[in-house]
Amino acid sequence: MTTAMVEARGVRKNFGVIEILKGIDLRVEKGSVTCLIGPSGSGKTTFLRCINHLEKVDAGRLCVDEHLVGYAERNGKLYEMKERQTARSRLNAGMVFQRFNLFPHMTVLENIIEAPVHVLGRPRKEVVVEAQALLDRVGLGDRGHSYPQELSGGQQQRIAIARALAMKPKLMLFDEPTSALDPELVGEVLDVMKSLAEAGMTMVVVTHELGFARQVADQVVFMDGGVVVESGPPGQVLGNPQHERTKAFLSKVL
Amino acid sequence: MQQQPSIPDTKEPATAANDSIPVVPLRHPVRWALAIVLIVVALGAAWDVAVNERYRWDVVASYLFAPQILAGAGLTLLLTVVSMTVGIALGTLLAIMRLSDNPILSTISRGYIWFFRGTPLLVQLIFWYNIAALYPVIAFGLPFGGPSMVLGSANVLISPLGAALLGLSLNEAAYMAEIIRGGIGSVDKGQYDAARALGMSGGKLMNRVILPQAMRVVLPPTGNQVISMLKGTSLVSVLAISDLLYSAQIIYANNYQTIPLLIVASLWYLLMTSILSFFQNKLERRYGRGFDSAPRRMRKPKTRTV
Repeated sequence: MTTAMVEARGVRKNFGVIEILKGIDLRVEKGSVTCLIGPSGSGKTTFLRCINHLEKVDAGRLCVDEHLVGYAERNGKLYEMKERQTARSRLNAGMVFQRFNLFPHMTVLENIIEAPVHVLGRPRKEVVVEAQALLDRVGLGDRGHSYPQELSGGQQQRIAIARALAMKPKLMLFDEPTSALDPELVGEVLDVMKSLAEAGMTMVVVTHELGFARQVADQVVFMDGGVVVESGPPGQVLGNPQHERTKAFLSKVL
Repeated sequence: MQQQPSIPDTKEPATAANDSIPVVPLRHPVRWALAIVLIVVALGAAWDVAVNERYRWDVVASYLFAPQILAGAGLTLLLTVVSMTVGIALGTLLAIMRLSDNPILSTISRGYIWFFRGTPLLVQLIFWYNIAALYPVIAFGLPFGGPSMVLGSANVLISPLGAALLGLSLNEAAYMAEIIRGGIGSVDKGQYDAARALGMSGGKLMNRVILPQAMRVVLPPTGNQVISMLKGTSLVSVLAISDLLYSAQIIYANNYQTIPLLIVASLWYLLMTSILSFFQNKLERRYGRGFDSAPRRMRKPKTRTV
């Protein structure tokens, strides 16, 4: 039996009085690809942000690589971590955002080497070589000195993937990575993600691209109203859904 | 009826003639006429001022580089540079405190800004100047009569220049804090997410990601602050400090050449603001990189690849 990269048990999250996550149980095996699907407002993005502790978990346990996220467990109690410790624990996971969120005041190359040099304290020369290799890998080897604004959305998102990979994460989180793209640019980003999955990266992807989910995912999780309604292999969840809500959602998006 | 210039890579069955239709840019005859009229008016006015003997340009010339004037200009520049530097540093700190989750820090910052913006600068300057009357001795120690370490007499420690610098810096910090807070607020929230996801926190996140982007919004009003500070320093003449304007006033109090000496002072103020504006432009360009609508890519990028 393989070990879990992400393990969530009864994860809850409130924004004020509104309960966004009502007890999420989820297991992501190492080296597997999980796609989170569901209507907007279902809590899938919030859950993804919880994995990286960009949102604080209010109740339940959430472990990444067998370490609790954002909390330290001592004497049967969970102690909230300081920001600096949390920042360290985030290094396990790389994250890619819907709106790319590249640093606009830095060139593409500077974006990629920023965290390895200034967070990990690695020598710049060494990191630049790796960054160039990553740029080649996402097919943008010649754009290192451009500013993000000079690139198309698809190119920016590929740079964002390269930037996350530069930290050598064990897990990659994608928050609707193609939702802000023009339709003709979606393919290039999905191609990069596919090759990443083939290379054995553990990935959790919030997406509306059901074609991608069907083709690449090992596990598809359908969320609605802050709970996991149904999960399993793509053929089962997408091809033969058991729940009414899953059926209703799929009939709308297909 | 103007023809569109043909786009090179459309595969239209364009005839050869179609490719070479000349494009005539829009002409602006009214602009040209107005420009000529304005140049004539400006030259006329300049000539008038130049030949009007009551301006006493000879007096202006003789005092332009007078030692008192130069010393005054130097002091004005010193006051501006030091107070702005301290003001910006302290203002940045106050802005970050104000935005902090820590209620104690944000309350301190709020209170500071409330007080130093809410009382007149003149009163603050006179207060620091007369601090010795309130606290004859400056010492570090515990309150309610606990042990303390005496640093010295307030009159010695806080000279008139010291009082001026203290007053201007602390006042400026309150204004800069609000300007910088606005700049920080203008940075997209996604930038925080991205920086945090890359393992950044605290000072690193601020210094590497947020503040450089806030600079773009902070710089123009800061330029305003610098220039109004340059001229605002003349307020310190109440502390008997001979800044540029006060030096000019001392001279015309003796020789009654009021207008020529004010012209001398104004010429120096103009020169200094021009130099400062030049640096402002350079800084704005520096921090506008990656934001400008027209990317400046003609400059060869520094190659860092091996």
